[in-house]
Amino acid sequence: MYRYDEFDHDYVRARVSEFRDQTQRRIDGALTEDEYKPLRLQNGLYLQLHAYMLRVAVPYGTLNSRQMRTLAMIAERWDEGYGHFTTRQNIQYNWTKLTDVGDILDALADVEMHAIQTSGNCIRNVTADHFAGAAADEIEDPRPTAELVRQWSTAHPEFAFLPRKFKIAVTGSPNDRAVTKAHDIGLRMLRNDAGEPGYEVIVGGGLGRTPMIGKVIRDFLPKDDLLPYLEAILRVYNLHGRRDNKYKARIKILVHETGIDDMRAQVEAEFDRQMREEGGPLVAPDPVQVAKITAYFAPPAFEVLPDASTTLETAMANDAALAAWVGNNTSEHRTPGYAIVTVAIKGTGEAPGDATTAQMRVLADMGEKYSHDELRISHEQNVVLPHVRKDDLPAVFSALRKAGLATANAGLITDIIACPGLDYCALATARSIPVAQDLSRRFAAPERAKAIGNFTIKISGCINACGHHHVGHVGILGLEKSGIENYQITLGGDHTETMAVGERAGPGISAEEVGPAIERLVDAYLDTRADENERFIDTYRRIGAEPFKEALYAA
Amino acid sequence: MAREFKPKIVSANDLHIGDVVYMNSGGGWTRKLAEAAIAHNAEEGETLMGRAAPQQAKVVGPYLADVALDDDGRPFPTHFREKFRTRGPSTRPDLGKQSANPERREPLAASGGI
Repeated sequence: MYRYDEFDHDYVRARVSEFRDQTQRRIDGALTEDEYKPLRLQNGLYLQLHAYMLRVAVPYGTLNSRQMRTLAMIAERWDEGYGHFTTRQNIQYNWTKLTDVGDILDALADVEMHAIQTSGNCIRNVTADHFAGAAADEIEDPRPTAELVRQWSTAHPEFAFLPRKFKIAVTGSPNDRAVTKAHDIGLRMLRNDAGEPGYEVIVGGGLGRTPMIGKVIRDFLPKDDLLPYLEAILRVYNLHGRRDNKYKARIKILVHETGIDDMRAQVEAEFDRQMREEGGPLVAPDPVQVAKITAYFAPPAFEVLPDASTTLETAMANDAALAAWVGNNTSEHRTPGYAIVTVAIKGTGEAPGDATTAQMRVLADMGEKYSHDELRISHEQNVVLPHVRKDDLPAVFSALRKAGLATANAGLITDIIACPGLDYCALATARSIPVAQDLSRRFAAPERAKAIGNFTIKISGCINACGHHHVGHVGILGLEKSGIENYQITLGGDHTETMAVGERAGPGISAEEVGPAIERLVDAYLDTRADENERFIDTYRRIGAEPFKEALYAA
Repeated sequence: MAREFKPKIVSANDLHIGDVVYMNSGGGWTRKLAEAAIAHNAEEGETLMGRAAPQQAKVVGPYLADVALDDDGRPFPTHFREKFRTRGPSTRPDLGKQSANPERREPLAASGGI
C-alpha cells in the first residue's frame, strides 16, 4: 500500500501544527466561531448534537494493521471506546474534545493518516472498490488511480472552495462495488478494443435531496489523460456550478440543467485547451511518479496453492456455523487458494458500522496474521480482510466469533447501512440506528435471512442521504412530521452497475410501524418470487411495486 | 391575532467538549435543563440571547429552544430533538447526560473550567 514520502510527512505535520494553533486561538478567544468553523471543517471536525465529531479519512478504504491499532488507541484514549465506519470509507469519533484534537491528529500522522478534506466544499476522500487488488472479476486494481487522484486533489488551490462538496469513486471491476454512479465523478476502469487501459468517466451522480444517476461524459479516456480531464470537469463546475443556492450547488444539478451533451462539449473544449498548452497540460502526472505509486500496490507474495482447501472443507463439514459464514461472508479471490473475507460490523441488534476498541484490535490482529497486513473499510460499513488463505478461514472465523464479529450476514437483509441519524447528527431529522437495530433483530434467524437472500436495506436520518436510502432495495428515510419521527419507504433502488433510484411507496409511517411493515413486505416477496434464486430486486422489476405497496400498508 | 408565546430557554454547546449546556439565571451555563433560565415572553428571550452573544469563548451556537413547564415551573423539552439533547444517544444509555456519571468528561469551558 502507499507509504508517505518526505513531502507527505512534512505536509501533514505542518497542517496539524497549523490547526493546533488555530484551535488554541479559538480557545483563547482570538478567533470567533464564524472564523474558526471553516478551519475546523477543513480538518474534519464537526460539532454535532452532543459533542464534537472527528471524521478521519481512510483513503480508498485501505489501511494496515498498525493504522487500525492506532484507530483503536484513539477510541480508547480520547473517545468513548468505539468508532463508527461510514459509507464513505471513513471513521468517525463521536465524542472528541476540542482540546484533544491536536494530539489525535498527531497520533494519526504517526501512522500516515489524517482528517484533511473530510469536510468542506472541496474534493473529499477518494473511495474505491473495497475488494480492490483481490477480486477475481477485477480488470485492474483501482487504488493506484485513487491514490493519484488523492495526491492531485489534496490541497489543490484552485478547487479548495468549490460551489459544494465533491466526491470521486473508482472501480476496477465491471461489477460496481463502489457506487460510482452516485458520485460527482465515477471512474470505471476498462480496456478499449486495442486492449489499452482507460476509464469510462461518469459525471453528475449523487443522492441527497435530489437523487441523480451519473451520466457517461466520456466512453473511454486513456489513462494518461486522467488528471487533465478531471481538471477540465472541475474547472467547468467551478465556473458554472451554482453558488447562489446551496441545494442546487452540486455538479449533478449543473449536469442536469446544462444537459450532458452541452456539459461534455464544455469539458472537452477545456480539456483540448489544456492539451494544446505549450509543453502539455500542467497537471499531467510524471510517469516516474505514477510508476512509483503503482509499485506500492503490487500484489503481496501469495503462495502457490490448490484452489480447494481440504483443511477448510473438513472443518466446514464439522461446523455448520463456519460453513454458513464461509458461504455468506467470503468472496472469490483472484488467486487460487485464497478468499476475501467480509467481517460484518453489524451483529444482531448492533449499530451498523460501530466497532469497539477491542474489535478494532482483533481486526488488526487478523489483518496482520492472515491477510498480508491489509484491511479495507467498505461503503457498506463492514471491514474486509482481502487476502486470506482458505486454509486459515477456520482460525479467522474462530477469532472473529470470540470478538462478536462473525455474523454471517454479508449481502443479506440484516447487512443494513444506516447513518448516525438523530442519535448523534446535528443535521438529522429522525433516528436511523434504532430502526436498523429493530430490523436486525426481526430478521436475525439465519435460516430465514438465508431464505430471503440478497436484500439491501439502507436507512438515512435526513434528506442528505448519508445512509444511501435511495439506492437500497428498500430505502428508509427518517423525517419529522408534526413533531414526530416519520419514515418514508422507497422500493426498487439499486447501488450497483444497474443503479436505480427507489420509488417512494406512499405516505410515511411511524417508527413503530416500520418493522412490521418490512416484515409484511418480505413475506409478500417470498410468496411471489419466481423461485428461490430470484432476488427481491428482480421480483420487484418483474411484477412492479403494487403488491409490495399493498403489503407495506396492509395494517 | 398574535401567536401565544411558548416559554423558551437558551441552549448551546460547550466550546471545549461540545456538551449541551443551558443558560442559567445568572447568565452562566449549566448542563442541566432544570437549572435553565426561562424566558416567558419575547423580550425576556432577547435579553437571554443578549447575554449569550458575548460568550463566544465559552459556548458555540446559542439559540432559543421551546420548552413546556411542569407543575413546579421546571422546563422540559417539547421537541424530540431537544429531548435527545437532554439525554444523549437513545441507543447508548451509557453515554452523554443520561450516563451514570455525565460529568466525567472534563469540566465545561462554559463554567470557566479547563
